[in-house]
Amino acid sequence: MNLLVDLFSIAAIGAGVFFFLAGTVGLLRFPDPLSRLHALTKADNLGLGLIVLGLLPRSESLLAALKLVAIWALVQLAGATAAQLVGRAVRRKGSAA
Amino acid sequence: MTSATLGGLVGAALVGLGLYGLIAKPQPLRKILAFNLMGSGVFLVFGIVARKGAAAGLQADPVPQAMVITGIVVAFAASALAVNLVLRLFEAAGQATLSRDAWAKLPDDGAGPV
Amino acid sequence: MSVLQALDIGLALLVFAVAAWTIFARGAFAATVGYVVYGLLLSLVWIRLFAVDVALTEAAIGSGVTGILLIGAAARLRGGETAGDERSLSGAARLFTAGLCILVALALAGVVLLLPDQGPSLARQSMQNLAETGLGNPVTAVLIAYRSFDTMLEKVVLVLAVVGVWSLAADRYWGGAPGEARAARPEPTLAFLAQVLAPLGILVGVHIFWVGADEPGGAFQGGAILAAMWMIVMMARLTEAPQTNAFWLRLALVAGPLVFLAAGVAGSIFAGGFFAYPPWLAKPAILFIETFMVLSIAVTLPMLVAGPPRREPRQ
Repeated sequence: MNLLVDLFSIAAIGAGVFFFLAGTVGLLRFPDPLSRLHALTKADNLGLGLIVLGLLPRSESLLAALKLVAIWALVQLAGATAAQLVGRAVRRKGSAA
Repeated sequence: MTSATLGGLVGAALVGLGLYGLIAKPQPLRKILAFNLMGSGVFLVFGIVARKGAAAGLQADPVPQAMVITGIVVAFAASALAVNLVLRLFEAAGQATLSRDAWAKLPDDGAGPV
Repeated sequence: MSVLQALDIGLALLVFAVAAWTIFARGAFAATVGYVVYGLLLSLVWIRLFAVDVALTEAAIGSGVTGILLIGAAARLRGGETAGDERSLSGAARLFTAGLCILVALALAGVVLLLPDQGPSLARQSMQNLAETGLGNPVTAVLIAYRSFDTMLEKVVLVLAVVGVWSLAADRYWGGAPGEARAARPEPTLAFLAQVLAPLGILVGVHIFWVGADEPGGAFQGGAILAAMWMIVMMARLTEAPQTNAFWLRLALVAGPLVFLAAGVAGSIFAGGFFAYPPWLAKPAILFIETFMVLSIAVTLPMLVAGPPRREPRQ
């Protein structure tokens, strides 16, 4: 049972790290700000969600698990807002932002 | 090479970096940035002293930690005053620079309308 | 090489790389964004040094609020860089400066390497008297009980900084409000964020302040979060910055240091020494002082970021 939980955690966190890596590669390699923004927001949200999913079975209480989920929700909120604002600034000023 | 020693070496490197930025960068805002960097490097070195004082069941000596917390808040207050000075300079005279040549070109020696 | 050692080395290299980029980046805006990233990575370093309260403070105040200040300034100073700036230091002078800075860094590194493994420490004394203060977090005990005078003077420094910032205003604006007047309608995206995040943020801030008595946290960290919530609401233009001659604002600014000083003087009357707490009243007194500290910090930090008044005072 413990082994299964550990394997699940490792798989989820590994997948999350892979998505973060993919998002960072997108940030560094994509040509213009809007596509970089797209790569960042999608990949990072998914990556963080998978990492939180992997950490959930290892948390020591229900409250700690709820806190992890709340952290994920807050990061999504902040990320979505920041992406909207950056996208709007890029559109307004052209790609020179 | 414990994590404490590594942190101290990074702190020393940051102090050197920040000092270089403070001296070499001409714009005031970059100088303030470099000064903050130097300050956080000094805090890191102090944090190493805290970590090496682990005793009595604690992982780090609490007194240097409290001093670093105080230092971070005071550094923010100083940065806020410095940044507002630079912004007011920019507002009052149209440029934010500390180089003497730029000021000498103004007709009234920089004492423009306030 | 264990995994933790690899993590430490990787983190150290990353922090150094981001700091170097902050110094050598082309534009001021890029450098300030690099500074925010650097601050967050530094919080991780603090956690590795087992100083969680410091990590919280660095993330909230060192990287967060300072980041807001610097990014706002960088945005407003865009285009203020004159041509004379780029030729300030010749190549030879730059090399000489770099050499001297490397010497300073090496000297500090030598000091760090020569530190004994188990140095002198006040941890034992802090833990011995912890039970009398009624607290469980030794760092909070140091801040509010053992070295309360330093903390009170730090609050006074914050008030002095606000006075300094406000005195930068032109004479006719004294007493007015900082920032521009409220636009007709709030900024939609930020308004959504403010309306969802602010109630949660207030809850989190109060929780971190309250829990700081026994676990990592405390007045500064909680106060910084509350300050950030007020700043988000102001940035979303859901409310405008208050007039600097408002009585409630000035009272909130000085409430922290005043209550702290009053508690210290009361200690010399009722408990036998300046800033002494009577043992049966220690924890309630500490929490009472901390409440006003949080209020002061939550009001001081946004006022420092908002800057000097730029509008004439009404009535």
